[in-house]
Amino acid sequence: MAGVAVSTTINGDNVEYLCQPDETLLDVLRDRLGLTGAKEGCGTGDCGACSVILDDRLVCSCLVLGAEAEGRNVETIEGMAHGDKLHPLQQKFLEHAALQCGICTPGFLMAAKDLLAKNPDPTEEEIRFGLAGNLCRCTGYDKIVRAVQDAVSEMKAA
Amino acid sequence: MNFDPRYSARSFNSVGTRPIRPDGVDKVTGRARYGADFNMAGQLVGRILRSPHAHARIRKIDTSKAQMLAGVKAVITAADLPDLTDGDAAMYDILDNCMARKKALYDGHAVAAVAAVDARTARQALKLIEVDYEVLPHVTDVDEAMKHSAPVLNDSIFTEGVEPRPAKPSNISKRSQFGHGDTEEGFRHADKIVERSFRTEQTHQGYIEPHACVASVSSDGTADLWVCTQGHFVYRQHCAQLLGMEASKLRVTSSEIGGGFGGKTHVWAEPVALALSRKAGRPVKLVMTRDEVFRASGPTSATSIDVRIGARKDGTITAAEATLRYSCGPFAGTWAEVGAMTAFACYRLENVKTIGHEVLVNRPKTAAYRAPSAPMAAFAVESVIDELAKEIGMDPVDFRIRNAAQEGTRSSYGPVYGPIGIGPTLEAVKNHPHMKAPLSRNQGRGMACGFWFNFGGQTCTDLNIGADGSVSLAVGTIDVGGSRASLSLIAAEELGIAYEQVKAVVADTSSLGYNDMTDGSRGTFSTSMATISAARNAIKTLRERAAQMWDISADDVAWEKGHAVAKGGKHGNLGKLSLKEIAAASGTTGGPIAGHSELVADGAGVSFATHICDIEVDPETGATRVLRYTVVQDAGKAVHPTYVEGQYQGGAAQGIGWALNEEYIYGKDGRLQNPGFLDYRIPVCSDLPMIDTQILEIPNPNHPYGVRGVGETSIVPPLAAIANALSNAAGVRMTHIPMSPPRVLAAIEAKQAG
Amino acid sequence: MRYIRPQSIEDAVGLLAEPDGTAAILAGGSDLLVRMKGGFIEPDLIIDIKAIHGLGEIRETAEGFSIGSAVPCAVLGENAALKKAWPGVVEAARLIGSKQVQGRCTIVGNLCNASPAADSVPAMVAAGAKAVVVGPSGRRTVPVEAVPAGPGKTSLAKGEIIEAILLDKRPPHAGDAYLRFIPRTEMDIAVVSAGVNLTLDEKGTVKTARVALGAAAPTVLLVEEAAEVLVGSKLDEAALERLAKVCSGACRPIDDKRGTVEFRRKVAGVLARRAATTAYKRAGGK
Repeated sequence: MAGVAVSTTINGDNVEYLCQPDETLLDVLRDRLGLTGAKEGCGTGDCGACSVILDDRLVCSCLVLGAEAEGRNVETIEGMAHGDKLHPLQQKFLEHAALQCGICTPGFLMAAKDLLAKNPDPTEEEIRFGLAGNLCRCTGYDKIVRAVQDAVSEMKAA
Repeated sequence: MNFDPRYSARSFNSVGTRPIRPDGVDKVTGRARYGADFNMAGQLVGRILRSPHAHARIRKIDTSKAQMLAGVKAVITAADLPDLTDGDAAMYDILDNCMARKKALYDGHAVAAVAAVDARTARQALKLIEVDYEVLPHVTDVDEAMKHSAPVLNDSIFTEGVEPRPAKPSNISKRSQFGHGDTEEGFRHADKIVERSFRTEQTHQGYIEPHACVASVSSDGTADLWVCTQGHFVYRQHCAQLLGMEASKLRVTSSEIGGGFGGKTHVWAEPVALALSRKAGRPVKLVMTRDEVFRASGPTSATSIDVRIGARKDGTITAAEATLRYSCGPFAGTWAEVGAMTAFACYRLENVKTIGHEVLVNRPKTAAYRAPSAPMAAFAVESVIDELAKEIGMDPVDFRIRNAAQEGTRSSYGPVYGPIGIGPTLEAVKNHPHMKAPLSRNQGRGMACGFWFNFGGQTCTDLNIGADGSVSLAVGTIDVGGSRASLSLIAAEELGIAYEQVKAVVADTSSLGYNDMTDGSRGTFSTSMATISAARNAIKTLRERAAQMWDISADDVAWEKGHAVAKGGKHGNLGKLSLKEIAAASGTTGGPIAGHSELVADGAGVSFATHICDIEVDPETGATRVLRYTVVQDAGKAVHPTYVEGQYQGGAAQGIGWALNEEYIYGKDGRLQNPGFLDYRIPVCSDLPMIDTQILEIPNPNHPYGVRGVGETSIVPPLAAIANALSNAAGVRMTHIPMSPPRVLAAIEAKQAG
Repeated sequence: MRYIRPQSIEDAVGLLAEPDGTAAILAGGSDLLVRMKGGFIEPDLIIDIKAIHGLGEIRETAEGFSIGSAVPCAVLGENAALKKAWPGVVEAARLIGSKQVQGRCTIVGNLCNASPAADSVPAMVAAGAKAVVVGPSGRRTVPVEAVPAGPGKTSLAKGEIIEAILLDKRPPHAGDAYLRFIPRTEMDIAVVSAGVNLTLDEKGTVKTARVALGAAAPTVLLVEEAAEVLVGSKLDEAALERLAKVCSGACRPIDDKRGTVEFRRKVAGVLARRAATTAYKRAGGK
């Protein structure tokens, strides 16, 4: 099987890698690039733990081939904070204890970031449907929704 | 060590506040390392071959072709995990579950494993392993498995707990019984009796992180295991015993854990990963797929339960009985026994009897799932309680208040209760605004109670004070949902310093003494007790060092608000010494300052909750939507209230999923049809409303701060609360969980047909 | 295994028509990658069609709309003209998978996956959508309902690929709607579904109707008898009752992990009725 040479942008940096034709972007991120923030909860697009943003679209990186990232722009959880400065969503997730085990958190943060980019002032219902592609088994979602609502308030004020 | 664990009333500075958890930033930046996020040099990929049959004798396994495949470094079968259990039946079952020995006992049972240079090679190697199966008749249904005609899974099992011992083996591994009084006499005094049978389907804990580990066995006989687990010390013990190692030679490091809920209290693939590493001579990473997680780890019991309760018109329950049949998977368990213990624990009963039957079926080994066995029993009992209240014309909350257990009540499972929270949670519910909110057409409100024992167990902590005055707290109970924050608060409270001065970590098995698992809601209860004890030991040393610095007797030094103070008039002119000042001098006053503790945390206070929920039913489709939900639960003392709320909300959400949609669906062929998150439907964000919480604090007399475990009880009431709400909304009494749309619609149509 | 990203539809057809080995078309990948992951297929060649000019576009033509086969469903929802003309088709497309999947999945992929439960298919069938098929022997246009041949099977020949989906211009006084039943509020596959497309006369009487059911038979069902029930009515209670009954009767469902025969029959009627009511309102009927 011939490897595919890929040149792409990840979190603003140019990255080049060689991957197998059937290797997912998630596997590339985790196993080849050491970016283990995206998690594999199911491998079938049903849990959202591997969510990344690909050219301004939220996707499950388990349902994207590594080869498809050629020439694209990938954002992962590792690029969400600016150095020491957490993104407001990250900060609000901490303050509201919107995570217990935390395995779903990177996916939720990427999904919430994508949601607010497209809809800066969502209703509770829009938040709930906007995050419905991400499973959380610990929190019952209450504190996640509240954290997003609080981040919305803060980002509007900023 | 003369640590006094008794509760004494006090005011708190740190406990009860809501700071950010110490592991938080790593978790929102993607840096936290979970089971699958760890790698070692030269690591191989491990994969497990699983039986496609529900029940089959393994005649022969030919691994030769797989071994010949380039890139394959080890292939193992049960032969590579010889039986070292020495007559320990429970350990033998664990071994047999990790790798089938004579028979494959369920769809997904491990039969062989490979370690190869990459995932593709490992997958190809699995296809090259030839297993010669003799397919046997199977049984997956709990009631079917009890019949005489059912295929017997294990012909060495003769029902325990019946006299005389049965002459023939069966799938009923044990019968247990609890209660007191004379129920037949009690029923004679009842004005109304309600009797019903219930079924609940099997559910999975549904943690988002699949089981994952990296095992590295060295040629010198030592080994390392990195793993996501709820109990690394227990994993060490089990793995060491199954592999014939000394426990101290195996260091187990717990990764961050991506959910467990009981499912990560059992070893599954870890002994296999170690055996592969031993054979290959290289580290092996083994990560389950989601399909494997569902097929081969974790589920709770499927059940079939009969309940009969009688009451007088004045609302007094005169007698209560339950017979509970719980599936155990293919190995003996005590799941029905626990269900039988919890069934009537909320009530003060003169006459009560519960009987449990443990039933073997061709399904994966039943594992603990948050308050294991209690939700199903509560579903059956709380449904009948609700119906009985209606029959005698009493408000369901008042009926429960009238019969609620209280301090001094002899519980249905034996012990006499100390101060407990069932009455107060019911009173709080009665007065809650939620109970008075208006409802519309097709909507209904329900409520139900729940109980869980809570557990204490063996615990050990180390508290080390650095020369800069910062405190590192090493604990041995896994943090599943914020306990490092709670324990840091406890250490700060006891030492009288700021929360920010303390950092709690989970130590590996070679760095700390043995700790039981994070189960039984024991994490914060037991480890906070050990932390208080360790802090008190450290304070004793701090006082001694201050005394030395002042050149006075340690008996004259007290510890107040983080400072050593000299007691009495004779030392009045001495100032205070802060923890930081004492720590800074420690190099010259006797070396590092630390406090340790080893204890058995007895006296975990029992836990009660009452839930209220509003639902709406679409009468044309049977779809049920939860509109509003309130949890009221006793925490003893909420150390970090936000994480206590989180436990209440999370348990309620799992219970809602169980009540409405989650179930294992088996085909006639005995294969699991829905081993994925697409068709094993756990609640998504848009399925749920906000989940309101009310924390009650009825101090546990057996903990210095009054803390009780809070993790599990919240999953107990939802099944019945929703069933009761549905009965009020649609006039149908649902007796089969989950109350999925097809079942609800069928019930509504049957009612309409009269 | 090879991964190739052709630049033209002809190149894609050429690759697909190669005699040796198996080829799979990759657009959104939300079905293909799941099947590969599960070990159900191991294609020798993956043909990523997203670089082919025009396939990623929605074009408004004199006849109506042409939706390229690589257009993600999320993009359908962002196209105001399409949404206004064919709200039922767009809402069906927007129900496929999660938000994450929406950014990738396509209605052509949904069609070619040939699942009886595909969300966009009953809506497209009700809308009278057509598929433009390109193959070694040229281009042909077929009604969408002619594509699925059974669960997991299509009528496409080797080397054939769907280039676009065509939707007519919306005539006046017309509207469509799609509804499905799922146990949760998101993330599920339809247990049963209904798409309805209506054209009314000036007075609000139904002139033409198309009713399609999903997950009710091995392939999507176009229920002509249901259309007959609606035509000539003003969607009064009696017509809706008959519609529900006819739809329930037309179902040939199965019992499976997602629902029972009885449930699917009953709910097919309920959904057809509700979708018809919405379509009627959208058409301006009162």
